[in-house]
Amino acid sequence: MNTTTAGAVFAASLAIALGLTYRPFGDYMARVYTSKRHLRAEKMIYRLVGVDPDTDQRWSVHLRAVLAFSCVSVLFLYVLLRLQGRLPLSLGFGGMAPGQAFDTAASFVTNTNWQSYAGESTLGYLVQMAGLAVQNFTSAAVGISVAIALVRGFARNRTDRLGNFWVDLVRTVVRILLPISVIGAVVLVAGGVVQNFHDVRTVSAIAGSSQAITGGPVASQEIIKELGTNGGGFYNANSAHPFENPTVWTNWLQVYLLLAIPFALPRAFGKMVGDTRQGLAIVSAMAVLAITGIFLANGFQLAHHGTVPTAVGAATEGVETRFGVSGSATFAAATTLTSTGAVNSAHDSYTSLGGAVLLLNMMLGEIAPGGAGSGLYGMLVVAVLAVFVGGLMIGRTPEYLGKKIAAREVKFAALYILTTPVLALGVTAAAMALPGERANMLGSGAHGLSEVLYAATSAANNNGSAFAGLTVNTAWWNTVLGISMLLARLLPVVFVLGLAGSLARQRTAPASSGTLPTHRPLFVGLVTGVAFVVVALTYFPALALGPFAEGLH
Amino acid sequence: MPTTAVRGTSAGPAGGPGSARPPRRASGGLLDPRMLLRSTPQALRKLSPATLWRNPVMLIVEIGAAFTTVLAALDPTVFAWLIVGWLWLTVLFANLAEAVAEGRGKAQAAALRRAKTDTIARRLVGWAPGRPVETARTEPVPAPALLKGDRVVVDAGELIPGDGDVIEGIASVDESAITGESAPVIRESGGDRSAVTGGTRVLSDRIIVEITQRPGESFIDRMIGLVEGANRQKTPNEVALNILLASLTIIFLLAVVSLQPLAVFSRAQRPGIPDSAALGADGIPGIVLAALVVCLIPTTIGALLSAIGIAGMDRLVQRNVLAMSGRAVEAAGDVDTLLLDKTGTITLGNREARAFIPVGGVDERELADAAQLSSLADETPEGRSIVVFAKTTYGLRERTAGELPTATFVAFTAQTRMSGVDLAPPGPRGGEDRRDSGPGEAGEAGDGLHTGGGRQIRKGSASAVLAWVRENGGSAPPDTGQVVDGISASGGTPLVVAEVVITSGVDGGRSARVLGVVQLKDIVKAGMRERFDEMRSMGIRTIMITGDNPLTARTIAEEAGVDDFLAEATPQDKLDLIRREQAGGKLVAMTGDGTNDAPALAQADVGVAMNTGTSAAKEAGNMVDLDSNPTKLIEIVEIGKQLLITRGALTTFSIANDVAKYFAIIPALFAAVYPGLETFNLMRLHSPQSAILSAVVFNALVIIALIPLALRGVRYTPGNATAMLRRNLCVYGLGGLVVPFVGIKLIDLAVQFLPGIR
Repeated sequence: MNTTTAGAVFAASLAIALGLTYRPFGDYMARVYTSKRHLRAEKMIYRLVGVDPDTDQRWSVHLRAVLAFSCVSVLFLYVLLRLQGRLPLSLGFGGMAPGQAFDTAASFVTNTNWQSYAGESTLGYLVQMAGLAVQNFTSAAVGISVAIALVRGFARNRTDRLGNFWVDLVRTVVRILLPISVIGAVVLVAGGVVQNFHDVRTVSAIAGSSQAITGGPVASQEIIKELGTNGGGFYNANSAHPFENPTVWTNWLQVYLLLAIPFALPRAFGKMVGDTRQGLAIVSAMAVLAITGIFLANGFQLAHHGTVPTAVGAATEGVETRFGVSGSATFAAATTLTSTGAVNSAHDSYTSLGGAVLLLNMMLGEIAPGGAGSGLYGMLVVAVLAVFVGGLMIGRTPEYLGKKIAAREVKFAALYILTTPVLALGVTAAAMALPGERANMLGSGAHGLSEVLYAATSAANNNGSAFAGLTVNTAWWNTVLGISMLLARLLPVVFVLGLAGSLARQRTAPASSGTLPTHRPLFVGLVTGVAFVVVALTYFPALALGPFAEGLH
Repeated sequence: MPTTAVRGTSAGPAGGPGSARPPRRASGGLLDPRMLLRSTPQALRKLSPATLWRNPVMLIVEIGAAFTTVLAALDPTVFAWLIVGWLWLTVLFANLAEAVAEGRGKAQAAALRRAKTDTIARRLVGWAPGRPVETARTEPVPAPALLKGDRVVVDAGELIPGDGDVIEGIASVDESAITGESAPVIRESGGDRSAVTGGTRVLSDRIIVEITQRPGESFIDRMIGLVEGANRQKTPNEVALNILLASLTIIFLLAVVSLQPLAVFSRAQRPGIPDSAALGADGIPGIVLAALVVCLIPTTIGALLSAIGIAGMDRLVQRNVLAMSGRAVEAAGDVDTLLLDKTGTITLGNREARAFIPVGGVDERELADAAQLSSLADETPEGRSIVVFAKTTYGLRERTAGELPTATFVAFTAQTRMSGVDLAPPGPRGGEDRRDSGPGEAGEAGDGLHTGGGRQIRKGSASAVLAWVRENGGSAPPDTGQVVDGISASGGTPLVVAEVVITSGVDGGRSARVLGVVQLKDIVKAGMRERFDEMRSMGIRTIMITGDNPLTARTIAEEAGVDDFLAEATPQDKLDLIRREQAGGKLVAMTGDGTNDAPALAQADVGVAMNTGTSAAKEAGNMVDLDSNPTKLIEIVEIGKQLLITRGALTTFSIANDVAKYFAIIPALFAAVYPGLETFNLMRLHSPQSAILSAVVFNALVIIALIPLALRGVRYTPGNATAMLRRNLCVYGLGGLVVPFVGIKLIDLAVQFLPGIR
């Protein structure tokens, strides 16, 4: 089996597996969010935190809950990171410096998991488990809860209530993330991922030198790292580390896991709005963009005109031989398409056009299929814009799922679309304009520009993967990226919940042959086109001076 | 009803120059170059930021133009001044589009103003309805000073001083000043034809009008305001689109501003490269940055957006429909349910004879002859149709009254509910010999029994005629009832024809018998079924409103192809139906003219009042049809849709254009630093300068090129949503991608020869 065939089998089997779980998993999630029953464990949690699970929240109340929860999470994680030295299981590591602690706290609470530190040489087991792993669960659950609130906005009729954030949050963790994680962690352990509380072991290498090896509760964190589209590695090498991702099949499983929730949520959306074809249309638009991204990343990695890639048959630099070029390219495309940001190869070493594809994947705004929850709401916002433009062209005030897309809805959707480019391009331009920050680049020329653009884009899209080659543990980068990540997460949440509130208030108009059908291939094409054109127009100049300048001859 | 012929009903105003148009209408399709010239001063006035701030996209362009002017003045080059000139032209072209659209309305407003001459009204003092006018005192009041509730007297030849209702008298009124229709109309007190409009002229008789308007708010005032766009407010959809355009503008502004540090950095990587007009050591020159911003932000739709809205209202005005707000026009495009009155909209105003069905063994020809005889003097449309039907189907010649000198015609009255003819006994052959039988001989209508005998024929409603037959000693054959019921059930109206024959002689015997039944039917207007099929494919449900019984209503509904009907409809039923539809989330449109329609007109999302209707109806609706043609509702819906489609199509076109502009400008800027980027120079443009200039020129010219489309509206063919979307995406999406590649290349071929452009 040659490299190309292996890559095709790897990607195709993933697509089949995702297709098989789309219906049952999506239906299950829809049931989770529509069920009236509370589990005993959930009731205990509600009593503990003093929440009445049967109240329905207005969008503003819902938003306050999200913001308050995120704020408390950032503070808690910040304090935990700062105080690490005085806590047990620290492996002797001290507290994190303020700038980096802020950056890390912001990063994990926003589901970004940008890491300006190396896990094995900075963090002990307690912080990894009680700090980072907990955020891996809750940040994913927050994203899904917001998406579900938006879905309710479409599904409900003349109400100002969008459900209860606390209930959605708890149910996501208890009924979806935890059960899968428990089983998945065991499977990963079976595949060779470590799960222990050993101290750092020093072993002698063959050549006589000694090496410190950190164990730890890796499998339990690894599983939610992928399932929750988080991406923050236990080790610096992330999924390229043999303790995190030992074999080809754990590699396959990790890619599957990080795509599973984002690709199944549209089914839950379709189910909850009472028309599963609508979910199919949304997932199709995601799939078209995702398949294109994976195909192009593979293509540029397997057939590039550089001297070395041509000589060895593919771009093997920075690639783990365990996974091969294609297993890495597909992982890289999936991790950038989903706002996960886990890596199993060095993106910095990718061919310039392969790197451009990874950048583009993120620039799409993490909608194909995007992060857990954030992917669905991002794609629905793009669909709202597509409906607006398309609906006008059939001569009606645009309607999506019976809801009119008028000034208020367009305002929220437009603000949502604006947020990411402002942050990504703003941070890039600022970094390139400041001589000090420019000096942090290891690369030079167009490649150096790509590194900065990648870092800014990754933070502004809550992805968290890095191009490397850029020293980001500086006060400026920690602060700017930390703020960028927080704004990139919370501002869209504000706009999405505002949109949900204004949709829910409307009366649902019945569909007729005069309304824009939003379940047909034509609409899928329109949504895909709008997503791509908006991104292309926004980022084309920056991409031209980065990867294109480097890659085109 | 002064119904005029339906004008230009072909699909959309793009119908072409061939369609006959009334002279008052401004030129629709092609853009008259003189129009552009005439509007230029107005366009220049609109350059003021005080007016331009309403259009954020064009305001950015103006700021860019001003900024580059300063830069060009500091460092003058041919290239810089060319860019400056074309940036100013871009703003000017946008203003021109708006000015041209407004200009067409102004012509109409001028015509209306002429009708608004200051008349002196004669206000009645101390007069109460019912008292003779002659005894009342009048005082002269200037028309603009009239208050609501004032009563004025208007004589033949005078202008009506303000909007109001006729409270006494009847007059013929020339309303051509507002409707463009020269035939006079009748206005009378009471009923649904009492409303008069200020500025129209009484041609005969005297009426007393109670003023219903407040000073300065007359119908003509509002009309002038509407066609001039003076108090034009952005419609909800325009607001939404403006938000989208503003956010796109911000994105592109950001993309360009953030490009500068990247450009400086990139340029520094290749210190050996000489500075060019597009990229120097300090980065991209301000002029080029401004040009790039203007090219990328959605100037095309930003420039044409308000012109599209004004032109949409204008298209309605050209069809003699006044929309009280742009919001109403947009709502018309969204309508889900159309309520249409049966009479006059779906069917011709009157019923026609369709069959003669004899009963009791009477010969069909005999029935036809009797029916025709009884209808000869019947001038109602139904009566005429019986005469015509007998002639065309049975070859019975229509006889004139002169040929039947012995005949006495009996007119229809509400009491007898029948009409007919009394014929004296047949004399010698050749009726002309009996010329001397004058009016004196004719007995009283109805019960005139002539001693000489003769024949009486009556036709009318079944109950009345059958009673008449029984009175005269006859009886109805058993099949009469069946035939009558059968016709009723099939949606027709039965008219029973009967005769009484009085034999001359000593016994003076008379025999009465029923001859048969005439079947009258509603005639559905030609082409209605196709119209309703179109509506259905557009997702619009049509409901017929009628006072008929459900059986009749069902038959006509099926024949016309409407989706549903409301039979025996009362105004309350209409209102309830509208509320029911709206509760299901639907938008409802209807027409109406009577005062009792007012609540329903107000409740409907689109209420079109007939100009012949009452003031109450006109107040309640949000549109007024000056032609009073209820079928026009369908056209109004189409115009509303066309307005939105034009906006959507040009937005798509505008955004799609940007792709080509990037392919022109990015290689022009950076190919010197990174030769690989020359790959993007698909158009093989001559030089960086010519590329940037060509993109700017294209961007400006495309506005001018699209003004006619914006004014006319894009082609609209009723059809289902998917087909329409596919077509418009192909034309304006793909077209928007391809056209600028061609356009910019062509402009580049020309500008490269300009002196000063390398």
